Amino acid sequence: MTLALILEQLLNGVQFGLMLFLMSAGLTLVFGVMGLINLAHGSLYMIGAFLCAAVAGATGNFWLGLMAGIAAAAAAGALIEVAVIRRLYARDHLDQVLATFALILILSEGVRMIFGPFPLYLNVPDALRGTVNLGIVDYSLYRLALIGFGLAVAVGLWALIAKTRLGIQIRAGESDREMIAALGVNIRALYTIVFALGAALAGLAGALVGAIQSVQVGMGEPVLILAFVVIVIGGIGSVKGAMVGALLVGVIDTMGRFLLPRIFATFLDTSQAMGVGAALASMLIYLLMALVLIFRPQGLFPAHG
Amino acid sequence: MDNTRKEWLLNAVLAGALLGVPLWAWLANEPFIVTLATRIAILAIAGVGLNIALGLGGMVSFGHALYLGIGGYVAGIAAHHAFSGMPVLGLAGTNQMLPIWAMAMLLSGIVAGIVGALSLRTSGIFFIMITLAFAQMGFFFALSWPAYGGEDGLPIFLRNQFPGLNTARPWEFFLLAYSVLLLVLAAFALIRAARFGAALMAIRQNPDRAAAIGISPFGIKLVGFVLSGMITGLAGAMMADLTRFVSPAMMAWTMSGELIVIIILGGVGRLFGPVAGAAILVGFEVFFGGVSEHWKLWLGLVLLAVVLFARGGLIGLIAGRARHG
Repeated sequence: MTLALILEQLLNGVQFGLMLFLMSAGLTLVFGVMGLINLAHGSLYMIGAFLCAAVAGATGNFWLGLMAGIAAAAAAGALIEVAVIRRLYARDHLDQVLATFALILILSEGVRMIFGPFPLYLNVPDALRGTVNLGIVDYSLYRLALIGFGLAVAVGLWALIAKTRLGIQIRAGESDREMIAALGVNIRALYTIVFALGAALAGLAGALVGAIQSVQVGMGEPVLILAFVVIVIGGIGSVKGAMVGALLVGVIDTMGRFLLPRIFATFLDTSQAMGVGAALASMLIYLLMALVLIFRPQGLFPAHG
Repeated sequence: MDNTRKEWLLNAVLAGALLGVPLWAWLANEPFIVTLATRIAILAIAGVGLNIALGLGGMVSFGHALYLGIGGYVAGIAAHHAFSGMPVLGLAGTNQMLPIWAMAMLLSGIVAGIVGALSLRTSGIFFIMITLAFAQMGFFFALSWPAYGGEDGLPIFLRNQFPGLNTARPWEFFLLAYSVLLLVLAAFALIRAARFGAALMAIRQNPDRAAAIGISPFGIKLVGFVLSGMITGLAGAMMADLTRFVSPAMMAWTMSGELIVIIILGGVGRLFGPVAGAAILVGFEVFFGGVSEHWKLWLGLVLLAVVLFARGGLIGLIAGRARHG
């Protein structure tokens, strides 16, 4: 176990965390502004990945695919918001869970009908192939680029929320929906924009991750559940919390899977240590979430007050 | 006809159909349909369990697949050790359903007690998420623990036994599941009619007022949650015996979602809601699954329509809204 290996895993954790942030940011904004719990967010991630893979496959250009993925996810998000989600804002969480669970079934089968049952493959763009030397470790250039992407989007999102007129409306929507509607902001349009923005971020994450995983139906749900863990840890509705939560989850999950089996191997025999270590590592972030909920039920960065 | 009588009539029709259709199938030598009816009965038992937490207590547990899986693994592990002759934690394995059921309910109850005690400190969306997190912990534990099959699951080579029955015969196993379902339904009706059920429903409707008249919300809800987990655990043990296989998929979050779907399709808090819901879900899977490989798309559309436009589920649609909203 060398320092280089640990550094590589740490970078993997950060990269994973930043992709989780792209997913969680939309989820947490939608909850913060509209009070909606959206299980179908993972389907938007899947739509982004599928469109990116299809367009990149047809044109040979990854960046064109990326644009198509983001645009498709945003369009799908806006459509879903207008057709279904809008009717759920006044309902209780149970109805929201069920209706968006139904949307997962519909969107997953819809994607399977259009793209067929087999996974698609998306190649890393030529410019980002290979590795880059970081002193003690050779690291994948594409994964490093994902870290850069994630940070750039985070800064852009912060600027959007903190510095623009739309951002003011979003923040106002989080604190008092009725009041900003009374002040003449078109609240329905604002909701659609926020939902489409979250969808675009999910689509971006799906397209970016699609190049290092296979693009298949059902790829969104594991990420969706992790994104829920992230926003519950960070504090539902808080973008800053989503960032901290995503990095925590990404790093703890990656490092846990890497370190725990090795720690157990110091006092158990190898096969047993692998089993126990892997079992415990896969539960680690859920344990973290349960602990946060028990000791800080509102999350690390509560959005209101 | 008033709504209460309509609901009782509908309940009688459901109970009769769930017995009559497999009886006909048994006589006509159609074991597949008997097995489907058994699946409906067992899913309905799991649904009745969740209905105590969700329907009576208003606790939206998005992690009840955990108890289903615990029950399933109790049945699988007991049979595994009975088969190999090796004891587990000092207990001999067994292939008898009665001790397996007792153990499944005991373990599910203990886990539900721990999960409930921690989760009930929160409410709303946090409760949904923390119950989901605990179920995911169980799912990943089962997935990566190699001793009992891990990802591949654990087969049960011979269905476990019940005194006086040949459980390998579909019709006899169905009768067993149907009898357990009737017992569990009776238990649900008793709980709902008892002071405890009244307290649980009062807390759902208004926890502050319930507390003001001397009902402790935490204790009552915890007991309801534990009972709920125990019944779902029992269903898990029977489900494993039906499919003669248990795998982490029983604890997957989609299974938790399906259990909620069963209750919603049937009617939340209704006595026979889970029976109607399980019949709709399994019927949908079989009939539309035969017509189109994309049957889940249609299930999604129906579910969406029920949530948006028919909130009382099937029983609410036919017998009107429940007396207590």
